[in-house]
Amino acid sequence: MPLQATITGPSDGLQTFPRLLFHHARVRGTAPAIREKDLGIWQTWSWADVAERVGALACGLASLGFQRGDHLAVIGDNRPHLYMMMSAAQCLGGVPVPLYQDAVAAEMLFVFQDAEIRFVAVEDQEQVDKLLEIREQIPQLQHIVYDDPRGMRHYNQPFLHDIHALMEMGRIHHRNHPDFLDQEVARGQPDDVSVMLYTSGTTGQPKGVCQSHGAFIAAARGSMQTDQLAPDGDILSYLPMAWVGDHLFSFAQALVVGFTINCPESSDTVTADLREIGPTYYFAPPRVFESLLTSIMIRMEDAGAFKRTLFHYFLDVAKRCGADLLDGKPVGLSDRVLYGLGNWLIYGPLRNVLGMSRIRVAYTAGAAIGPDLFRFYRSIGINLKQFYGQTETCAYVCLQPDRAIKFDSVGLPAPGVEIKIADNGEVLVKGPMLLKEYYKRPDATAESLNAEGYFLTGDAGFLDADGHLKIIDRAKDVGKLANGAMFAPNYIENKLKFFQYIKEAVCFGHDRAMVCAFINLDMGAVGNWAERRNIPYSGYADLAGKPEVCELIRECVEQVNAALTREAMVADSQIQRFLVLHKELDPDDGELTRTRKVRRNFVAKKYAVLIDALYSGKANQFITTEVKFEDGRRGQVSADLQIIDAKTFATVRKAA
Amino acid sequence: MSKTIGDVILDLQNISLRFGGVKALTDISFDVREHEIRAIIGPNGAGKSSMLNVINGVYHPQEGIIIFRGRERKKMEPHQAATQGIARTFQNIALFKGMTVLDNLMTGRITRMKTRFFEHALWWGRAQREELEHRKKVEEVIDFLEIQHIRKTPVSRLPYGLQKRVELGRALAAEPSMLLLDEPMAGMNVEEKQDMCRFILDVNDQLGTTIVLIEHDMGVVMDISDRVVVLDYGKKIGDGVPEEVKNNPEVIKAYLGASH
Repeated sequence: MPLQATITGPSDGLQTFPRLLFHHARVRGTAPAIREKDLGIWQTWSWADVAERVGALACGLASLGFQRGDHLAVIGDNRPHLYMMMSAAQCLGGVPVPLYQDAVAAEMLFVFQDAEIRFVAVEDQEQVDKLLEIREQIPQLQHIVYDDPRGMRHYNQPFLHDIHALMEMGRIHHRNHPDFLDQEVARGQPDDVSVMLYTSGTTGQPKGVCQSHGAFIAAARGSMQTDQLAPDGDILSYLPMAWVGDHLFSFAQALVVGFTINCPESSDTVTADLREIGPTYYFAPPRVFESLLTSIMIRMEDAGAFKRTLFHYFLDVAKRCGADLLDGKPVGLSDRVLYGLGNWLIYGPLRNVLGMSRIRVAYTAGAAIGPDLFRFYRSIGINLKQFYGQTETCAYVCLQPDRAIKFDSVGLPAPGVEIKIADNGEVLVKGPMLLKEYYKRPDATAESLNAEGYFLTGDAGFLDADGHLKIIDRAKDVGKLANGAMFAPNYIENKLKFFQYIKEAVCFGHDRAMVCAFINLDMGAVGNWAERRNIPYSGYADLAGKPEVCELIRECVEQVNAALTREAMVADSQIQRFLVLHKELDPDDGELTRTRKVRRNFVAKKYAVLIDALYSGKANQFITTEVKFEDGRRGQVSADLQIIDAKTFATVRKAA
Repeated sequence: MSKTIGDVILDLQNISLRFGGVKALTDISFDVREHEIRAIIGPNGAGKSSMLNVINGVYHPQEGIIIFRGRERKKMEPHQAATQGIARTFQNIALFKGMTVLDNLMTGRITRMKTRFFEHALWWGRAQREELEHRKKVEEVIDFLEIQHIRKTPVSRLPYGLQKRVELGRALAAEPSMLLLDEPMAGMNVEEKQDMCRFILDVNDQLGTTIVLIEHDMGVVMDISDRVVVLDYGKKIGDGVPEEVKNNPEVIKAYLGASH
């Protein structure tokens, strides 16, 4: 008898992930479930292969003593075996806890202690070493399973297991207890916790968000319905497994719909792998779309004059009518013909270069996306949409519906989701996808769920006339200027970040008379810009200090100011003074979260000297900052920063 | 770490090399054992690169005996050294600049290709099967050195540190039993050096390759070598484990100058 659970039943009985997995193995056993590029060649596992391995791993875990309710930490890049380990833990009624793979050992310690983790599945030696480093502090840790045996030859600790050895152990276990797996899978209930995802900790200690099978399955079914996802789809799984989005797309939806997930060769090869796979379904945070566009534009500047002219001409055509064509709105005949020609000459090849030829739906979320950036992708025929959600809601609250996209909204409430706006403007949501609880934090659970069962998102927003949700900012970030006008820092920063030269921005203004900003350059774009103008530079700090660069950024800031005058709500938030930071904000220095969001308060405290200089009218300020390198060493960078005044514009009030 | 260093596989006895009247090497003897990392150090012009060139047959010493794996050899050409399992990298990178990383690594397999030119031109049957086999080996090297992302990039577009790694990769593609590295870390920054050290140790540890390397960075040499031989003006002035060599008065004198 093959090693596989054999539960049968109507498909509406498929309310846990292990049942879904074995269901797919039965109905589409030979279809590809997971692909991975190994030694330069894409290797495929069918659903039957995956189910067999998951079964073996589950039995292996059981023979190591894995119990119902145990937590299994999963640390590493997106590797097929790590996804399988998550399923294996779920088969036994355990809870996978994926962690960010680039976190240093000390950061992982908290989760290990909080979740009382006894079992870990890791990718490679690097992660094993981190765990050995903190092993003393986590006495409850019992077994570590690793996927890649490279460099592990000399590790002879009895608690380390090669994943293939674990599978063999499981196969033996299965021969001795052939009914065990079926029984374990049958015991799983939709209300059981299926995964625990830790929040990134923008505010205080990370919290473990417990999500049930039912919640993630409801979220996945809802998006399947909205976007007509089909089992013949392909997705590239390259975002951290610890992030709720990857869990929804690469795990929950893949298991609900039955499409194929593709794991890239390494994190450096994602663009090439994207091109080879040509996914039908794609997710990327806005910064990825932004850097793709930046690299296209940089390369077009190097192209010959003829190609460049053609490119820009047809981009203008696309800008005029591309998005409307995608939305099915009426477009004149001549534009249709021109667009068709452009599609043949420019857009098609461009989509191909981007690896987006086969895309049916592409999503972005996690941060606001610049409207021009968003329009660009839609105009060249890529159905890019936004969604809105949090870890606590399985990343499933709003989805932009096809053919009714509003650039500045995150779309309509997804199937099964109810949205309410609180009196203070905070967005409240309710539905089957809500978290069960925060792990061991009844206080936090009570704080975030109100009496009527709504989850408090912490985002400020409003529903427009058509019922589309618009998000302004984090509710706690929205402040007031000294004159009482609204100050929404994220809103301004997003406008700044849309310029290809600006990678990150932090605005200040709450309780102050004016708005000031820190700017981080985009090294690729500004570096290229500088080279083109024969401006020599040695590194980031040097480039940031060049007067020409400051001038370039000043122009960007002034354009933002001009745009702000056109919106009455934020017209007072024009940036009056700014500086270009001497170092890139970095998660290793605690300035960004692991998901690369700015930790505003931390930055404000760390660079208090600079803020004082901005508001005290100084022309420059000397600063020394400690930096942490990837290998844990520390160093210092210091610079004398120029503070630049930007032009502001008179507000265009609505004509009286 | 517990690696087993084997018997002597390369024994150099009383080697002297002259270019006309210039004595590059004078009466040098040392040996290399299986699986060890053997460093050759010395100030500029000490004869280190000449020594490597003697080992892989580029130079032929006027005097002395070279015994490699029990066989004494008088004159050996570089390609013979290559077929006997000795591969090397160069002080100034010697890659095919216009070719991709993958193609450069494939050239490392040339001594192992059996099919002929015309068969390859037709790329059919035996030649095709052979190339696939070689490609697999090369892909293993790519995986080992973590250079998947530059597989199809022309070498000339890569930064220096990566070019050095590619060169190591080409040497590894030949599946050598002995690897000669001529200043593998010259001109690298700290991070690149750390990476390179790790790769050298990995090659030695996981593939069991014997390594002879020339290096200037004393910290690196003392950290990763099993034994060190010190040359100065073509003469051997020290030989032994790093600790011994570090405390050898002659070596200190050669490096720091005599105190007057």
